[in-house]
Amino acid sequence: MPQLIIDDKEISADDGATILEAARQADIDIPTICWHPATSSNGLCRMCVVEVEGMRLLQPGCLVKAADGMRVQTKSERVIRARKTILEMLASSVDLSDFPEILALMDEYGASSARFPLAERREVEVKDDNPMFIRDYAKCVLCWRCVQVCAEDAQFTFAINFSGRGFETQIGTFFDRALPATSCVFCGQCVGVCPSGALKPKREFLLEQGVTPEQIAAMKTGLKSKVKSQRSSI
Amino acid sequence: MLKPEKITTTTCPYCGVGCTLQLHVKDDFIYRVTSPYESPVNHGNLCVKGRFGYDFIYHPQRITVPMVRRYLLDGTSDKVLGTRKDAPDIGNQSLIPNHLSPSSWDWVETDWETALDLTANKLVEIYRRDGSDAMAVYCCAKATNEDNYLLQKMYRAIFRTNNVDHCTRLCHAGSVVALQQAVGSSAMSNSAAEVIQNDVFIVTGSNTSENHPIIALQMKEAVRKHGAKLIVIDPRRIELVDFAELWLPLKPGTNVPVFSAMAHVIVKENLVNWDFVNRRTEGVEEFIASLDKFTPEYAESISGVPADLIRRAARLYATAQNAAIYWGMGISQLSHGTASALALIHLAFLTGHIGRPGTGLNPLRGQNNVQGASDMGAMPFHFPGYMRVDGPGNAEQWEKLWNIEPGGLSRKLGLTTTEILSHAHPGGIRALYIMGENPLMSEPNLNETRRHMEQLEFIVAQDLFITESAAFADVFLPATPFAEKDGTFTNTDRRIQRVRAAHPPRGLSRRDSDIISALALRLEARLARPSAKWDYAHPSEILREMASVNPDYAGVTYERLEKVGLIYPVPDETHPGTPDLFLETFPRGRGKFTPLDYVPSAELPDDEYPFILTTGRVLEHWHTGSMTRHSKLDELYPEALIEIHPADAEIHGIADGMPVKVSSRRGSVILRATVTEKTTVGVVFIPFHFHEAAANLLTNDALDPQAKIPEFKACAVQVFPAREHDLQNPAALMERGRY
Repeated sequence: MPQLIIDDKEISADDGATILEAARQADIDIPTICWHPATSSNGLCRMCVVEVEGMRLLQPGCLVKAADGMRVQTKSERVIRARKTILEMLASSVDLSDFPEILALMDEYGASSARFPLAERREVEVKDDNPMFIRDYAKCVLCWRCVQVCAEDAQFTFAINFSGRGFETQIGTFFDRALPATSCVFCGQCVGVCPSGALKPKREFLLEQGVTPEQIAAMKTGLKSKVKSQRSSI
Repeated sequence: MLKPEKITTTTCPYCGVGCTLQLHVKDDFIYRVTSPYESPVNHGNLCVKGRFGYDFIYHPQRITVPMVRRYLLDGTSDKVLGTRKDAPDIGNQSLIPNHLSPSSWDWVETDWETALDLTANKLVEIYRRDGSDAMAVYCCAKATNEDNYLLQKMYRAIFRTNNVDHCTRLCHAGSVVALQQAVGSSAMSNSAAEVIQNDVFIVTGSNTSENHPIIALQMKEAVRKHGAKLIVIDPRRIELVDFAELWLPLKPGTNVPVFSAMAHVIVKENLVNWDFVNRRTEGVEEFIASLDKFTPEYAESISGVPADLIRRAARLYATAQNAAIYWGMGISQLSHGTASALALIHLAFLTGHIGRPGTGLNPLRGQNNVQGASDMGAMPFHFPGYMRVDGPGNAEQWEKLWNIEPGGLSRKLGLTTTEILSHAHPGGIRALYIMGENPLMSEPNLNETRRHMEQLEFIVAQDLFITESAAFADVFLPATPFAEKDGTFTNTDRRIQRVRAAHPPRGLSRRDSDIISALALRLEARLARPSAKWDYAHPSEILREMASVNPDYAGVTYERLEKVGLIYPVPDETHPGTPDLFLETFPRGRGKFTPLDYVPSAELPDDEYPFILTTGRVLEHWHTGSMTRHSKLDELYPEALIEIHPADAEIHGIADGMPVKVSSRRGSVILRATVTEKTTVGVVFIPFHFHEAAANLLTNDALDPQAKIPEFKACAVQVFPAREHDLQNPAALMERGRY
């Protein structure tokens, strides 16, 4: 069991535990965005960065293993500045209105959504192509969880992945097909792990739009996807 | 963003996996379903039905007011006794509307007092006139343990009959009889989560990805992350074949030769675990002698599976450290379903892959509570706890509990599901009580089923919707779905879990157990019987009453079920539950080998009916569709499709998407074809969810002689092109990219 010091607290971590796990076991809070107990950690969002003595760069707590003799700072000035900047960059381009945890972190870190006034916002239409759930990628923080549970973290279905590069990066289907035309089985594991309201059950979405439960029960909620031309010609 | 008024933790109402659900509720409306990642059953994962398929609760066609036929209110019947000619045909979309002119057969909405009084009067009238043998009841594998216990109690204690059964008869009866005979217990021997401990596992007769999706995830994980090797033995190229080491594409109904040939190889190549065979089994010499004829080449000639594949599968299974078998209805739903299951059980006996963690004989149970309904005695041969009705001392225990005079309970074996209907005629069954089941979609040879239903004098339907069967009923008692009641379900690996109400019953609908209690009190009053006790303050009291006699549930209380449930047997209130069975011994002592012969299916393909039809289910739908076809799930999968292999399609001039007419000697349906290599040459597949093209109009009602399970999985059909306007709903088309 590695012995380490996190924020001046001596801790014995479980073998193989990450800094994040070791800290949480000792009731030391490290904020996360992309981390989820049911998905593999990728260190994508960098919200969990910590300062480790002797290492040049800030380290992602969700990936770096706790090691014997490590000295870790989770709330140093450098760490706080990094986290604040991450939040401000996210807020400048993504609609975070459905992500109360991030809004609370912005308050906590004093992050301002106006830090980057010239930043372009990612504005895309809501994808409403099936009766089960909608995809509103204007709210997507690209945490990768949905892609992972669709792949080897749960479903082994591989219906969605990243598309585009840089600012254009989005979650999408292959050839941008409507979900019913992909390998999607509508298990909704992706909806279950989505933290930002980008993926949402159709019924919840409709309620938010002011549609009543009675109206929802009586309506068809799926957009008919394109019928194979071969069929209609028979 | 919506904030839930409350989040109710409960258990999924669909398949036997028993996933934990969290229902997010606002204004008595469930708008989102999640699952806790710490759930030991599903680890936060759900399938499309569990996550999105609960909206049938709010469907406008749900009946929430008691209804009776007008003749019952008038008291002056112009209904011809014993016929129900006015019931609509299967496939008729308008099951509810009344006739344009008032008729004695119209549905009339009424209050509970009237509906229950009329029901009690009629049931008592028939019982007084024709006795116990005229009464029968279908319990329900979707209802809770408490509902099922009460309903079988009502029929046993008040009508003194064992004509009590439910759809387990149509699903795993073959497996149950085989397991009872060979080991003395019929549930899964190991928990589903143990699949990741398997080195090798066989999946046969189960399209696990579509029918037990969460167990399939664990199987895929076992293969992809834990290095397990999967052997699929199935006539269809199901999704799991993508993850398999070997796929043995056998013809439907040829399980016995294939499994016996594997046993033959295990014996001939000296791969038998003699230590296990000698210590734990009996009858092996006779069994081995019976294997002589089952050479792999002989099995190939019958099943179409190359002999070499059979050899490789046998070696892989036999030489594994830990190996397990998971099977579904492709094994049991045959006129030789018991023999099929026995042939599988023999493989585990020969190799000793039973009685340890990571091994086992695991029939994947279909319904959310088919295990529980069976445990509750919703079966014609057993009281709760698998106590034979004719077993010494059994009836006496229930007589004492139910305040019945000694000798009062019937010791006579009751009729099974299919037999109840075939005995529906004057002098036989006269009144049928149906809780939640839908025989007019789920029985084989539906045209015959319909003729039987027409013969009944009085039918009570307790359900959510006017199903194809409820359309035949005289009384409709509106019940509540899982989200409006408390109780327990017992899942496929024997885990008893809580069901909790998310909101009150809609309209005037009542919880099933409340309906049964209210009716039972009326019946007792009319028959002047001492009360068997029907006033329960909470379902937990019902469970405790049952557990006071049923030893498997003896230590089960609602308090102990609160977090993750308990895996029975739970012999006392400190016992932690029993995930793995048979560690030391089998319930019957030694495991019993039974020599088998190959008996072909009752109907084989010929020149006139050249295809073997096999039926089953699809991911998006559930059984006869009374739930899922009243859900937005129906938009994902709106129509029945027949799967036909490209080679067959070409010969018969059938293109993808073309309407075809499929006929057997018993009936015919019209539906679209999907030309796909998911099926094999000579075999066609139709899911049985769709009343527009009810697969069970075609299926054969030949029964397994021991288990009385019908042969849903193999009958002979012909397929011819039809025209677009022959389809009932040509507009119902949906593109689908999934497997």
